Amino acid sequence: MFDLFDILQGKENDRDYKKKAVIVQGITGKFGMFHTKLMMQYGSNIVAGVTPGKGGQQFNGVPVYDNVAEAVKNTGAKISIVFVPAPFFLDATKEALDNGISLLVAIPEHIPIRDSLKCLEIARTKKATIIGPNTPGIIIPNVIKLGIMPAEPFQSGSVVVFSRSGTLMYEVSHILSTSGYGQRISLGIGGDPINYTSLIECFDMIKDRPDVNSVVVVGEIGGDAEEQLAEHIISTGFNKPMVAYIAGRSAPKEKRMGHAGAIIYGSFGSAESKVNMFAKANVVVANRPAEIPILLAKKLKEKSR
Amino acid sequence: MRLLEYQAKSLFDEYGITIPKRYIANNFDAIKKGAEELGFPLVLKAQLKVGGRGKAGVIKICKKPEELKILYDDLTSKTVQGEKVKTLLMEEFAEHTNELYLSIYLNRSKRCYSIIASAEGGIEIENVGDKIILDTGIDGPTEKDLEYIASELTLNGNSKKNFIEFASRLTNLVVKKEAELAEINPIAVRNDGTLLALDGKVIIDDNAMFRHEEMNKYEDIATLEAEAKKSGFSLIELDGNIAVIGNGAGLVMSTLDILNDHGGKPACFLDVGGRATTESVLTALTLISRISKVEAILVNLFGGIVRTSVVAQAIIYAYKNNIIHVPIFARISGAESDKAKEILNGSTAKVFHSVEESIVSAVKSVG
Repeated sequence: MFDLFDILQGKENDRDYKKKAVIVQGITGKFGMFHTKLMMQYGSNIVAGVTPGKGGQQFNGVPVYDNVAEAVKNTGAKISIVFVPAPFFLDATKEALDNGISLLVAIPEHIPIRDSLKCLEIARTKKATIIGPNTPGIIIPNVIKLGIMPAEPFQSGSVVVFSRSGTLMYEVSHILSTSGYGQRISLGIGGDPINYTSLIECFDMIKDRPDVNSVVVVGEIGGDAEEQLAEHIISTGFNKPMVAYIAGRSAPKEKRMGHAGAIIYGSFGSAESKVNMFAKANVVVANRPAEIPILLAKKLKEKSR
Repeated sequence: MRLLEYQAKSLFDEYGITIPKRYIANNFDAIKKGAEELGFPLVLKAQLKVGGRGKAGVIKICKKPEELKILYDDLTSKTVQGEKVKTLLMEEFAEHTNELYLSIYLNRSKRCYSIIASAEGGIEIENVGDKIILDTGIDGPTEKDLEYIASELTLNGNSKKNFIEFASRLTNLVVKKEAELAEINPIAVRNDGTLLALDGKVIIDDNAMFRHEEMNKYEDIATLEAEAKKSGFSLIELDGNIAVIGNGAGLVMSTLDILNDHGGKPACFLDVGGRATTESVLTALTLISRISKVEAILVNLFGGIVRTSVVAQAIIYAYKNNIIHVPIFARISGAESDKAKEILNGSTAKVFHSVEESIVSAVKSVG
């Protein structure tokens, strides 16, 4: 099993504990530059950038290379965050995984589904993990920010937040933080129809950790990731407190609600189906984001009894 | 992008999937010409993106010339699920012995292509008990997969050979045109074992359209939604009177849900994307000003990276320049929200601390 924490923060006696090296693909684009600065401000150890044709330049004190091979050779980084536009994403991913990147955070949206299937196959062959695409990224509060999320909503704690939506991840983490529930990690699984790392796979990465006391899942209409997770919880007997929220209860059918993945066909992908499955798995579903910490508090209290 | 039946069938034709002789008509003169070409009996099919056309009574068999005008008038007077009938597809009536079902689609939950086939064609696949489902690799079903499916369908001889050919051509279409779904329901099996696609549903991956300019001509989205798309927004018009803007699809969906819980009716869903700026908020307000039924605007921005004072300035500018006239109810969270409130003080916009408060006030304002 891929240990997300091991790669993102390492073990206590690692020389680079909580300082894991990260490269940025697409560092010289407007978006890439902006967020590289913010990630560095947060303390993330950005060691190199990659932009074909811009090798030899520097950005914010970070060396830029023409390709991933050179960036990895010079830094030993295993993590990459990708900002390249969708049409170039497949090539960027292939290059990263071919050159030893084992965790790739895929920020771009609008990636063609066939390209996604190909990326997924490359990731399987290389045994690498890709988070996203169309994700705001991952944050371990006070340790590493790998994404485009603002820093303020997140505080360190023991709750895990998984979200299909970006801003809702910020909103929910913010509500949790102000209610006294910091996060062990907040991770955006992505708003696309295909998540390279599925909700279940994300869940399995954290479920047995002693430093995680509860899980919040921010889902939305479309697909059946939430239903699959609920079934998984039933079959594995996971018993830490868990609260879910599903956006899009009032959405019309067969309309793509902003995210490529947020679309209901027939009853497939409906909020009702997700809420029902969660109920069977003893996961309470909040009606609105503000309800999440209230329900979580209740669940945690029950558990401690 | 969901194609209309006649568009899907043009793709079928291009990929060697046999379709009935046909004629596409937008007016009665064309219908008469089509009837001359096809002869009687013929089938008249309303071209709509919604499903369930058979049940809605917009597919008719026309047996003789005298019925043409009556059926044409009847069909073109109909609206199905809000979609008005404009274009009719006319087809020869194809005699056949039985019907099959076939679809190849992108299976989100399994993250691969899947193929579904059934010997009970012509009914909605959800209601079919006996069907064969097979998950396949990233290039869709192989020859071997199709062999297996054909034998499971208990096809043999000519019809087996023809089915495999049919399905491999459909696979080719799905892969080359980057379809999320290609469905033929039903496939007619004729006396001599030849096959014919009687219906067609194809959905093309919107995100792959940059590689398929040849299909741009099929794009038929509402003007406002198309313009929003150009600005990098996603906009969906809805039936109510309160426009909803926010940054992030999930946040806007969530806002619609809460609005709905409070008895409010959204006029639109507008996601300005994760990166709200003065320009993007202003463009969003301009788009909304063109939806006449809007009586109030609900803004839900989770800032953080965006400075909310900048958003407040955009709102003030929109009022000053008469871009908008209706009241705005805004929940703006994030950096400089106090400054934002100060800027908006005395304007027709009200800023609230929580989403709920802004929604309750917006619902109250429209009565």
